[in-house]
Amino acid sequence: MIVDIQGVRDSALARLAAATTSDEVRAIELAVLGKRGALTDLKTALGKLATIDEKKAAGSALNEATVAVGDALAARLGELRHAERELQLEVERIDLTEILQRPTRGHAHVVTQAWQRLEDVFVGLGFQVAEGPEVETDWHNFEALNMPPNHPARSMHDTFYVEHGAPGSTVLRTHTSPVQIRVMLNTPPPIYMVMPGRVFRNETTDATHLAVFHQIEGLVIDRGITLADLAGTVESFTKSFFGSEFSSRLRPSYFPFTEPSAEFDIRTPAGNWLELGGCGMVHPNVLTAVGLDPEEWSGFAFGFGIDRMAKERHGIGDVREMFTNDIRFLEQF
Amino acid sequence: MRIVHSWLNDLVPVGDDVEAVAEVITNLGLAVESIDHVGGSVAGVITAKVLRTERHAGAAKVHRVYVDAGDGVERHVWCGAFNMRAGDILPLATPGTVMPDGRAIEPKPILGISSDGMLCSARELGLGDDHSGILILPADAELGVPYGEAMGLGEEIVYDLDVMRNRPDCYGHLGIARDVAAKLGLALNLAPAPIDPVEPARSATVRIVDGDRCARFTSTVMSGIVVGPSPDWMRRRLRAAGMRPINNVVDVSNYVMLETNQPNHPYDFDTLGGGGFVVRRAHAGEVLITLDDVARTLTQDDLLICDAADSPIGLGGIMGGQNTEISDATTTLALECAWFEPAAIMATAARHGLRSEASARFERGVDPFGIDSAVARFVELLRITCPELIVHDGRVDSRSSQLPVAASPVVRPGRVSALLGATFDAASITALIEPIGFATRAHGSDLLVTVPSWRPDCTLEIDIVEEVGRHYGYERLGKTVPKSTVPGGLSGMQQRRRQLREVLLGLGISEAMPHPFLAVDDLAKAALATDAVRLSNPLAVGDDVLRTSLRPGLLKALAFNESHRRTGVALFEIGHVYPPSDDVLPAEFESLAVVLADRAAPQAVAVWRELASAMGWGARLDQGNVPAGMHPARSATLSLGRDAIGAVGEIHPDVTDAFEVGERVAVLELNLTVLLATEPRVSQWKPTSRFPSSDLDLALVVPHAVTAEKIDKAIRQAAGALLVDLQLFDVYRGVGEGVRSLAYRLRLQAADRTLTDEDVANVRAKVEAATIKMGVTLRS
Repeated sequence: MIVDIQGVRDSALARLAAATTSDEVRAIELAVLGKRGALTDLKTALGKLATIDEKKAAGSALNEATVAVGDALAARLGELRHAERELQLEVERIDLTEILQRPTRGHAHVVTQAWQRLEDVFVGLGFQVAEGPEVETDWHNFEALNMPPNHPARSMHDTFYVEHGAPGSTVLRTHTSPVQIRVMLNTPPPIYMVMPGRVFRNETTDATHLAVFHQIEGLVIDRGITLADLAGTVESFTKSFFGSEFSSRLRPSYFPFTEPSAEFDIRTPAGNWLELGGCGMVHPNVLTAVGLDPEEWSGFAFGFGIDRMAKERHGIGDVREMFTNDIRFLEQF
Repeated sequence: MRIVHSWLNDLVPVGDDVEAVAEVITNLGLAVESIDHVGGSVAGVITAKVLRTERHAGAAKVHRVYVDAGDGVERHVWCGAFNMRAGDILPLATPGTVMPDGRAIEPKPILGISSDGMLCSARELGLGDDHSGILILPADAELGVPYGEAMGLGEEIVYDLDVMRNRPDCYGHLGIARDVAAKLGLALNLAPAPIDPVEPARSATVRIVDGDRCARFTSTVMSGIVVGPSPDWMRRRLRAAGMRPINNVVDVSNYVMLETNQPNHPYDFDTLGGGGFVVRRAHAGEVLITLDDVARTLTQDDLLICDAADSPIGLGGIMGGQNTEISDATTTLALECAWFEPAAIMATAARHGLRSEASARFERGVDPFGIDSAVARFVELLRITCPELIVHDGRVDSRSSQLPVAASPVVRPGRVSALLGATFDAASITALIEPIGFATRAHGSDLLVTVPSWRPDCTLEIDIVEEVGRHYGYERLGKTVPKSTVPGGLSGMQQRRRQLREVLLGLGISEAMPHPFLAVDDLAKAALATDAVRLSNPLAVGDDVLRTSLRPGLLKALAFNESHRRTGVALFEIGHVYPPSDDVLPAEFESLAVVLADRAAPQAVAVWRELASAMGWGARLDQGNVPAGMHPARSATLSLGRDAIGAVGEIHPDVTDAFEVGERVAVLELNLTVLLATEPRVSQWKPTSRFPSSDLDLALVVPHAVTAEKIDKAIRQAAGALLVDLQLFDVYRGVGEGVRSLAYRLRLQAADRTLTDEDVANVRAKVEAATIKMGVTLRS
């Protein structure tokens, strides 16, 4: 019997070594260790042996054979499964640069991108964001901003008037400054706010000018605010938005709603000065118009174009391109 | 404003470093936009002497001119003008020269014979209108040198300044010079010799009828005038400043204006009717022919200068008439030097579309007390070409009570310091503003400041604060950052708008920004109400109303993209619309519109659902209420309570046709002013069950009249708490007339146990019972 056991074992080990698929291995398992397997049959035959010693010897040989075949079986199965998985993976190989579908993400408008970047920088500097109507009263757009009717500075604004209310009473806002007026009328100081928005000028458009464009203004009203605070805030903005290697300066200018007034320029790392926007200390007449006491409160305001930020950042040659809504343009950003 | 460097240098010795001067001027708030080099010669045009001229048998209109340009070489030039003789010196444009009109000179052959350049007329060199012949240069001119040298045309450097509205004084060289002198600590050189009137007295009488419009009018009679050309330097400076030299009298008048900012007008005294002036409002309909040869019909708001016989001779402060112009024969003149009320000048100039150098100055505000020195300067300068000039006794200076009075604000040094952020005391303030003409006097611990008459912009303390800051230098004030005591951040509404935009972008929809202006026709094409707010002064006819919906703009964008072979485009816009209203302002609100080309209504509904889910919005889809301009069988109004807050579905095919969009267009439009206003409820945690779930699939045959939304609601109600998810996963229409099959998958699950078959059967029975009542049958 021991000979039979060893025969079954050796033959099983040889067949396992020769097996090339996991199915073959499972077939051998069934044939040797299964319910009607060769070793199982031999196990059943153990009882027919005559002596205890014979039974012992055959039993131990049977155990040894079962363990040997079992181990070999598991090892061979592992090897073959690994090989088969490797093969399967290789069969599944695909070229990841074969892309049949276009990317489907939508594109935020360049002006929105610039707008949000600006908002984020000002939020980081401690500002809130205010908004207001684009169709405005003459009072909010001009009169409260120290530009009474017939004020010569009104000619600096090419104004669109609309047919609403009394003739000349309603305009498309020429700047976002009327939002400052609304904020000061509705919010008790201290005020640290920026006002981004769409503005309108009745002028012929060209590569650098639009009749409808976007602007962001800032307004600070608090106790003890100085022109030096304005210069410092402009400097902080310049470094946060453009980078620490940029700097800024104020240069005297004129706006009816601020005094002292200034232009602010930024200095590029290459050493060039670029004119960015206008600013100044809020004129006492403006504070008075919104019911704030200029002896108690002072403040500054500044403003500049958003579209130009987008234009410069992306090297857009003609600002009119930004508003054609050509998907070939929109998808570039 | 064009400021000539040599002229400025006469008034204040700024030196030759033009860039440095420009920087000083810019830092004073008078931005130098550019530095131009003007005058001189056109490069490549040199003096040449005519050797001989010769006709050519084949050429009738041109002849051959042989010249010597100083190098002894005979050059041949074809020429169409015949006004030169041998020995004349002419300007020769050599080949390669680019003429002021941009034309390049080439050796262009005529009859096969080439030309060594071109002989030039005055007009061709940009020296005036004379094109009657070639410009003949002085006989003693050197040969082969730039013609400008022979003509005394030196080059001038000009600063082109952006003068702000608040600095009328800077429309004269003197105003700039005064600021620059103060900044650099230099003295100002301008003290014209005082006028020296002599007998016999000759007066041009003045009668001001409307003193509110003309507060001062002076007349000065001068004789011994010989009209002729001005000196070269004056002609050069006038030309550099942008004015055309005419004759010595007109040139001096202009020169004085450009220097002192005081417009003035010389009349031929011998042709001045009645020998005097009347200043009065025009009669309605009165006509004046101004110097520019235009007959102008006047209104009672226009101010006239008339002669003493009441004949109009000029539009006050704006432009003279033709009758009393200075002519070559003029020997005696009456000089008007006056002050006009700015707002009225601005109104008249605007009314007649007539802006002159004089009106531009008067409307900004001229120094009412600068007249005497302007007249003195006029006399001084005209004496250069008219040494016999006599100023007659009998000058008239007529004033009204409306003459502006210099302001004298009290200035508190503490206030100046508090606003500028640096410390100033009375002495340092005085030291900064005295050099620009402000007088100061102690007023308690403060200063009483008297503003100079040429600075009408300064009336308040704050105006003086600015002058102090400007002359101290903004760059010296330092940079500090105020400590914000309020937290920065976006408002809830602004954060929600950003979130909304992110979801839209994630859905593959790109953001467009169409123009907010439309034509009324655009609204009609979109089948929207044509009642819209009109622009009073549109830029273009097609841009004359404010949009009431974002749809027309986006449809135009789709049409544009289609025409560029981009179909299937998905766009959204977040922007304001401006429906008319009876309120103080139009009923402006913020809107969102999404257009999906080549997609059908369900895709728009899917976008709405995605947004509603992300933003926590709910609204009723009311298909019985079809929004204007939309597909009648595929659109719905979105309602919140009783209010319509949007529309969803498809654009009406008539509308896509009208906008020349070939594709089907799914659309979603929402009122963001309403939807973004409220903070959505914060989602509350629902525990997920640990027990297994069971799925129940039901195919319902539903009449068309019953909406899926109603079935959805009925299933949810009938299935009760065990229903954790409900999906409509198939719609099949081939099941009979008037019905369709809707296949639902119900996922059932209990929080506390494993479901039994009985539980599932129970739900099935309840759902069946509920839907059968709605006319639904179950498909097996």
